[in-house]
Amino acid sequence: MAWEVIRLSTTDPAAPARPEPQAPVVPETGPTAAVRERWAGSTEVLCFLLILVGVLHRPIETLVTDPRLQTWLTVFVSVMVQAVPFLVFGVVLSAVIAVFVPRSFWARALPRHPALAVPVAGMAGVVLPGCECGSVPIAGSLIRRGVTPAAALAFLLAAPAINPIVLTATAVAFPRNPEMVAARGGASLLVALLMGWLWLRLGRTDWIRLPHRPHLDGLPRMAAFWTACRHDVIHAGGFLAIGAMAAATINVVVPQQFLHDLAARPVLSILALAALAVLLSICSEADAFVAASLSQFSLTARLAFLVVGPMVDLKLVSMQAGMFGRRFAVRFAPATFALAVLVAAGCGTVIW
Amino acid sequence: MRDGDLVSRGTQAVVLVFLGSAILRASLTDLYLRYVKQGLRPFLVAAGLLLVITALVALAQELRHLNRPEDQPDDDGHGHGGSGPAVGWLLLLPALALLFVVPPALGADTAARAGSALTDDRDAAFPPLPPGDPAELPLLEYGYRAVYDHGRTLQDRRIQLTGFLVPGPDGEPLLARIMLSCCAADGIPVKVGLRGDVPEGPANTWVRSTGRWIPHTAKDPVNDADLPYFQVEAWEKIPAPAEPYE
Repeated sequence: MAWEVIRLSTTDPAAPARPEPQAPVVPETGPTAAVRERWAGSTEVLCFLLILVGVLHRPIETLVTDPRLQTWLTVFVSVMVQAVPFLVFGVVLSAVIAVFVPRSFWARALPRHPALAVPVAGMAGVVLPGCECGSVPIAGSLIRRGVTPAAALAFLLAAPAINPIVLTATAVAFPRNPEMVAARGGASLLVALLMGWLWLRLGRTDWIRLPHRPHLDGLPRMAAFWTACRHDVIHAGGFLAIGAMAAATINVVVPQQFLHDLAARPVLSILALAALAVLLSICSEADAFVAASLSQFSLTARLAFLVVGPMVDLKLVSMQAGMFGRRFAVRFAPATFALAVLVAAGCGTVIW
Repeated sequence: MRDGDLVSRGTQAVVLVFLGSAILRASLTDLYLRYVKQGLRPFLVAAGLLLVITALVALAQELRHLNRPEDQPDDDGHGHGGSGPAVGWLLLLPALALLFVVPPALGADTAARAGSALTDDRDAAFPPLPPGDPAELPLLEYGYRAVYDHGRTLQDRRIQLTGFLVPGPDGEPLLARIMLSCCAADGIPVKVGLRGDVPEGPANTWVRSTGRWIPHTAKDPVNDADLPYFQVEAWEKIPAPAEPYE
């Protein structure tokens, strides 16, 4: 299969001479000309922008002296800086899946029955030591490679919450409540599996619309690998930037006093912390420390914060909408949120 | 065709060069410490390098494509060959902010708005202070020892605390420091009230102060956290440290 692909390549110098082109040569007025125009377009815009920034960067700097605006920019930049390594490694791993792992591997690695593939894929999340920014492109890549969406989605939800780094961070953040680690891991895995099975029952494939990616088939493997990396970093990274801006805005705008008043009400406090997890969009490796600092809230409310955060948050919804399409995100995110709150509240009631 | 396909491969490459070199510059100097923890540095360097390599490969592909326009290696026949989604433009924002604006570390604005971290009544036993006169302590540790250990290990010792000034609720400045667990988005302040020779200066002035524990505490009005106090005997202004967080 792979050899056949390479033989069809038009750029591989080792490939035998191309047979007569299947498509007639495109005349200059065709799509190629359109491509050129657009190429010139975006490059000119870029040059213009960069010159503008170069000329105006002193005035821009003085503009950013308002302390609130500075805090916003610091939080925005730091969310991006924190997420970029995870994004890049997630993208590289997903490019490896897309280019080097043959489709047949997934058919062998996962149980054939979708309902059984869901728990296997969910448990596989244990081995991905990272946060949610990396798992979105990986899940997209898995679906492209023919893994059943239910299993890929279970992986997407489980991986950022139940990997060893995140659970260790949770144990460190809650030294006096070691049961929080088990509660978090168990509740997160349960939500991931339930969402996978729910997708099997109710999900429809046409909700998922994977973004156009330059076709990789027909490219030499290394060229395909770098093309996939470039495309996914630009794509997922752009949506990450939207999410980071939203999170920075929430960080600067939500008054702390308001949270303090909410903590006094048991049911409302669970919903409030779940909503806060969505809005703050903190990396799953750090959210345990933030949860620990919200000590005026009950342990159950903080568990909801820890279960919801890695599964639904602003940057994640933005990235999911980019990766799987808006029709998918508007259904998947609220369903996950509701289920995560219910499971967390249930677990918390049983344990504490 | 999707509405988003607007960034050409060449432009994408330039965006990635900017992002990669911004990350590299921040992580090879101490600038990254304003945003994330020290442990992330090797990963930042690796990610920055990968971004730059990805961009260079894309530029090479683009040049080859321009030299041999009859080949369309990256095209699927719909006429939108190396182009990518317009949302990719947004990656220029953090890159340009890191290269040209270099936002400062979190400071007085965050410390004034967010509640102090001293809310957890820890019943751990505290070991004696480290040797030295004065003994250097992080603000958080001073707070724990002062409030939850009732100053037992702090008595009869001169102590040195370092932080920046924040206008307190009563107008008197507090000494504060931001704690990070991962990145600046989760920064939480620790605040200590000051008595005696109270340092003067605008908000965000970094101060190294020497003094003694006093058995006085108050509450942070933002979140009812405990606010320990410190009797300042001497202080000096210092430049902001490279590692601004605790």
